[in-house]
Amino acid sequence: MIRSLRYSLTQATVQVFRNKGMSLASIFSITAMLLILGLFFFISVNINIATEKAKQQFNTIEVYLLEETTRQDADVIAQSLLSMDEISGVVYVSKEDAMQAFKQRWGEKSYLLDGLADNPLPNALRVELADLEDGRLVYEACRNLIGVEDVRFYQEEVSKILTITDFIQKGALIVIVFLIIVSVIVVSNTVKLTVMARQREIMIMKYVGATNWFIRGPLLAEGMMIGCISAFIALGLTWLIYARIVNLFATQALLLFSSSFVEVGFMMKNLSWIFIALGASIGAFGSILSMRRFLNA
Amino acid sequence: MIRFEGVTKMYGSNVGLEDATIRIKKGDFVFLVGPSGAGKSTLIKLILKEIEPDEGSIFVNGQDITHLSNREIPALRRNIGMVFQDFRLLPHKTVYENVAFAMEVVQSTQRAMRRQIPLVLSIMGISDKADQFPAELSAGEQQRVAIARALINNPMMLIADEPTGNLDPDTAWEIMKLINQINRRGTTVLMVTHAKDIVDRMGKRVVAIDKGKIVRDAWGGEYGYDD
Repeated sequence: MIRSLRYSLTQATVQVFRNKGMSLASIFSITAMLLILGLFFFISVNINIATEKAKQQFNTIEVYLLEETTRQDADVIAQSLLSMDEISGVVYVSKEDAMQAFKQRWGEKSYLLDGLADNPLPNALRVELADLEDGRLVYEACRNLIGVEDVRFYQEEVSKILTITDFIQKGALIVIVFLIIVSVIVVSNTVKLTVMARQREIMIMKYVGATNWFIRGPLLAEGMMIGCISAFIALGLTWLIYARIVNLFATQALLLFSSSFVEVGFMMKNLSWIFIALGASIGAFGSILSMRRFLNA
Repeated sequence: MIRFEGVTKMYGSNVGLEDATIRIKKGDFVFLVGPSGAGKSTLIKLILKEIEPDEGSIFVNGQDITHLSNREIPALRRNIGMVFQDFRLLPHKTVYENVAFAMEVVQSTQRAMRRQIPLVLSIMGISDKADQFPAELSAGEQQRVAIARALINNPMMLIADEPTGNLDPDTAWEIMKLINQINRRGTTVLMVTHAKDIVDRMGKRVVAIDKGKIVRDAWGGEYGYDD
């Protein structure tokens, strides 16, 4: 067992180096495939987390009040809203509170807000929904109230984001499947070159009674070796790229999406298993594809 | 050792072998003669399970191999050493490695290889060529390497497909003496040949095939063709 494993690995190493050109082409194509996969992986994981955060805003409706609406008027409106079954709570948010929260979110860069002559934010009521299903209804009711300037309901935004996310993820899946097929074909061609170069050897092997697995072993190892080399290269590259993106855009992402990037270490740990498993199986599958015809003869 | 019973093999509408019945006992030395395309190769391919018969049964070593799964073929072939007219050595391997190759295939240990290979090479009279490549050897020496490879795993039987076809008469005769020696040690030998003088001079059993049929099977026979 160990002897045949060692035999397979030595033979595979020799072949990878002997077919340098094709091995490199295969490694290049699998690496490229994995890089793109990694990119989509990063994007979708980050988008998922951002949407999860966005969803938390689902169950609130922001009711912005007109400038002339007083605090007393606001309380009256709040009372009338609370009488609705669909509403579980109403909180008054003054423009000062709103500015405070805004500054907190901007953190270090909040000094930029100090430049504003007066507070442009409106006073508001934050309405909490008892049930998300009734969002539309409550939204319409709030709009018709006197003293209300505007109503913000995030469901629309969130559902838009969800549609886009869904689209990106489906698109990514199609691209990845396509790339996997291409990689398998490239690997199978590389291994086919080995098979053809060694046809004489394989024929003699069969005459002296080699089992099919004895012949397949080195070829399988060759494909898997190519796949694993690609996985390691791709891992290194994605690690560099992702760490750099996180470094460069961390603050921007926080401001834009009010969500931070997923931690580099966590991301790479998960990705490394995906890459190695995928690389090795693409390699193995490519080899099997190219051997089938030759060995059944 | 080998038994064919009413074996027929067709290639489309062409006859490969027709209703062939033959028995080869352990330790026999059999020449298989006949014109090109008569069915000699078909017979050998059937023994090695490279092809399947259409009718009849084939037994090797008492085992019915008429229907054998792909999985069982390697075990069958390990009992048969093959030697070819064109030697079929691997050009990038040394003499030693070419022989070792056959042992690697059956997963022998390095120790067993270091013990057995020098022994076989010395029987074949090519001990001093162990580190040379096939291209550096004469045709006769190359055939000796091929025979060494065929015998290294101690097969019950040696099948030689025109082993002297590429050799000059003197060298051919040397190889024949070797094969005869191997036969005397108990290995069954089945040899396909066109060499009339060798068949006549050896005086062994001769099986003649023509147009897919076994037309003659005689002990101490002669070649009997003028091609």
